[in-house]
Amino acid sequence: MTDRAQLDEHQLEEELVVGGPERRGRLAEFWYYFRQNRGAVIGLVVFALIVVTAVLAPLIAPHSPSVQNRGAFLLPPFWQEGGNTTFLLGTDAVGRDMLSRLIYGARFSLFIGLFVVVLAMSVGIIVGLIAGYFRGWVDTVVMRVMDIILAFPSLLLALVLVAILGPGLLNAMVAIALVLQPHFVRLTRASVMMERNSDYVIASRVAGAGRLRLMFVTILPNCMAPLIVQATLSFSSAILDAAALGFLGMGAQPPTPEWGTMLAEAREFILRAWWVVTFPGLAILVTVLAINLMGDGMRDALDPKLKKS
Amino acid sequence: MLRFILHKIGLLIPTFIGVSIIAFAFIRLLPGDPITLLAGERGVSAERYAELQSAFGFDQPLVIQYIHYLGDILQGDFGTSFVTKRPVLDEFLTLFPATLELSICAILLATLIGIPAGVMAAVKRGSFFDQSIMGVALIGYSMPIFWWGLLLIILFSGVLQWTPVSGRISLLFYFPQVTGFMLIDSLLSGQPGAFRSAVSHLILPTIVLATIPLAVIARQTRSAMLEVLSEDYVRTARSKGLAPRRVIGLHALRNALIPVVTTIGLQVGVLLAGAILTETIFSWPGIGKWMVDSVFKRDYAVVQGGLLLIAGMIMLVNLAVDLIYGLINPRIRR
Repeated sequence: MTDRAQLDEHQLEEELVVGGPERRGRLAEFWYYFRQNRGAVIGLVVFALIVVTAVLAPLIAPHSPSVQNRGAFLLPPFWQEGGNTTFLLGTDAVGRDMLSRLIYGARFSLFIGLFVVVLAMSVGIIVGLIAGYFRGWVDTVVMRVMDIILAFPSLLLALVLVAILGPGLLNAMVAIALVLQPHFVRLTRASVMMERNSDYVIASRVAGAGRLRLMFVTILPNCMAPLIVQATLSFSSAILDAAALGFLGMGAQPPTPEWGTMLAEAREFILRAWWVVTFPGLAILVTVLAINLMGDGMRDALDPKLKKS
Repeated sequence: MLRFILHKIGLLIPTFIGVSIIAFAFIRLLPGDPITLLAGERGVSAERYAELQSAFGFDQPLVIQYIHYLGDILQGDFGTSFVTKRPVLDEFLTLFPATLELSICAILLATLIGIPAGVMAAVKRGSFFDQSIMGVALIGYSMPIFWWGLLLIILFSGVLQWTPVSGRISLLFYFPQVTGFMLIDSLLSGQPGAFRSAVSHLILPTIVLATIPLAVIARQTRSAMLEVLSEDYVRTARSKGLAPRRVIGLHALRNALIPVVTTIGLQVGVLLAGAILTETIFSWPGIGKWMVDSVFKRDYAVVQGGLLLIAGMIMLVNLAVDLIYGLINPRIRR
C-alpha cells in the first residue's frame, strides 16, 4: 500500500519535472479510444500472449526444438489416431516435436519484426527528416531514390538482395528493412513539411534552437502518430515477408524453427501429414492478424479525423 | 491535362534510370565476377578469361559499361540467359501471358467481390454483416498466401480431388499457343474438355493470388463509401426522396470509386509479388516462378533483365493509374 503511494508520488514528481501531465493525458486519451475497438483489444491480448510464449519458450516448450526423436517420425496430433500426448501437436518428418518448434518459432518471428522495424524506422526517420527539413535538391534526390525502391515488388527486391548478400536470416531481415523503409521516409517527410512552418517551430527557431534540436526535439515528436501506426503495420509485413523468404529457401535456413522455413521443409508432406503444414502457417496468420488488429485500433485512436468529437 | 501528363512522364525518367542502375549494379555486386559465374564450376583459363572480359566489355570503365548497357536496353536487348542461351526478353514474352492471365483473373475476382462487399459493409455500418465482412477482410489481409495455397491444395486437390495440383492444363491436351492465354487458346483449339481442364488448373491459383487484393479493395471501398455517405450531396439526394438504391449506386458509389480505382491500380505490384509465391506453389509457368528459379539456378542475366522488365512494367501501370486518376478527378491536375 505504502509502496504504491510512494510510486504514485514519484510518478507525479517526475511528471511535474518533465512536463509529463500532458503526455500522460495523451496516453490516457489514446487508451480511451483504443479500448473502444474490441478487435484491437483482442489483438493486444493475443500479441501479449505470443510475447510471453516467446520469452518463456525454454520453460514452456515440452521438448527441445531440435532433438530428433527416432521412431516418432510424422506422428499426428494427440487427438488423431496414432498420436499421443507426449507430442501434443505431432512430430515432423525427422521426429522433432511440432509444438516446441512452434513455440521457439515465436521468438524468431518477434525478433524479425522488431529488428526490421527498428532498422527501417530509424533509417527512414532520419532520411525523411533531412528531406523534409532541408527540401531543395536533397529532398528531390531522396524522394527519387525512394521511388526507385518502390518501383520493384517488395518481395522480388528482397529476394534479389538476398541473392546478392547470400541466404540467411540476418540478410533477409536487412533486405526487408531496406524494402520497407521508403514508407517511413515518405511519412516522416510529409509530416515534417506540415510542421516546419507552424508557429511553435518558428518560435523555437527565433529563440535560437539549432537545426538538430529543431529537427529531433521540436518537430519529430509531433510527427510520431502516423509513424507508430506504420511501425505496427511494418511489423506484420516484416513477419510475412521473412516467412515468405524462408518458404522460398532464401530466409532462415533449416533446421532453424522459423515458421516459414518449417513450411518449406513440410511442403513435400502436404498430402500425407496435414499438421506439419497447417500449424506453422496458422501461427504466422494468428501473429500477423493480432498485430494488424492492433494497428487498426491504433490508427483509429491516433487519427483525429476519425475520432468522434 | 497535357502538362499533367508530361509532368508525370518527366518524373518517370529519373526513376527508370535509377532502376536500370540497380539492375546494372546487381550483377556487379554479386560475390565473384560475372565471367566466373558464367563459366560455372569448370572455370576458365587465363587467356579465355581476358578474351571474354573484352568480349563483354568488362574491362572498360563502369560508366562506359553502363552507357553500353543502357543503349542495349533501349534497343530491346535485355541480355542472354546463362542457362538457356536465349534472349531474356524472348523468355519474358513467352512466360508473361501466363502471369498476365492469372493476374487478370485474380484482379477481376478481387474487384467483383471486393467492391460489392465493401459497399454493403459501409451501408450497413456497425451491423453483424459489416463486422463479419471486415473481419474476413482483415484475415485475408494478414494471410501468408503461400500457406493459404498449400491449404487449398490439401483440401481441393488432396481430400476432395476436384482440382489438379500444378501446371496450366492437363498434359493430355496439346494445341498451338495463339494468344498465350490458356482459357482462350483451349476454346480455340476446339478439343473437348480442354477449356474445362484449363479452368480447373486456374481456379486455385486465382483464389490465392486474389486474396490480398480482395481484402484491400473491400476495406478501401468501405472507408471511401463511409466518407462519401456523410457528404452533403448524399443527404440532399436522400432528402429529395430518391430511392436508397439510387442514392447509393448513382450518387455515392461513383464518387467513392475514385480512390478505389487508384487502389486497384496499385495492386499490380502486390499481384506481381504475390505471383512469385503463387506460381512457385502451383508450378505455374509465369514470370514469378521464372525469377525464383533463375535466382536458384544462378542465372543472373535473367534476374537482371527480369528485374528491369518487371519494374518497368510496374512503372508504366502506375503511370496509367495516375493518368486515369487525373482524368476522373480533375481536382488533382492543377
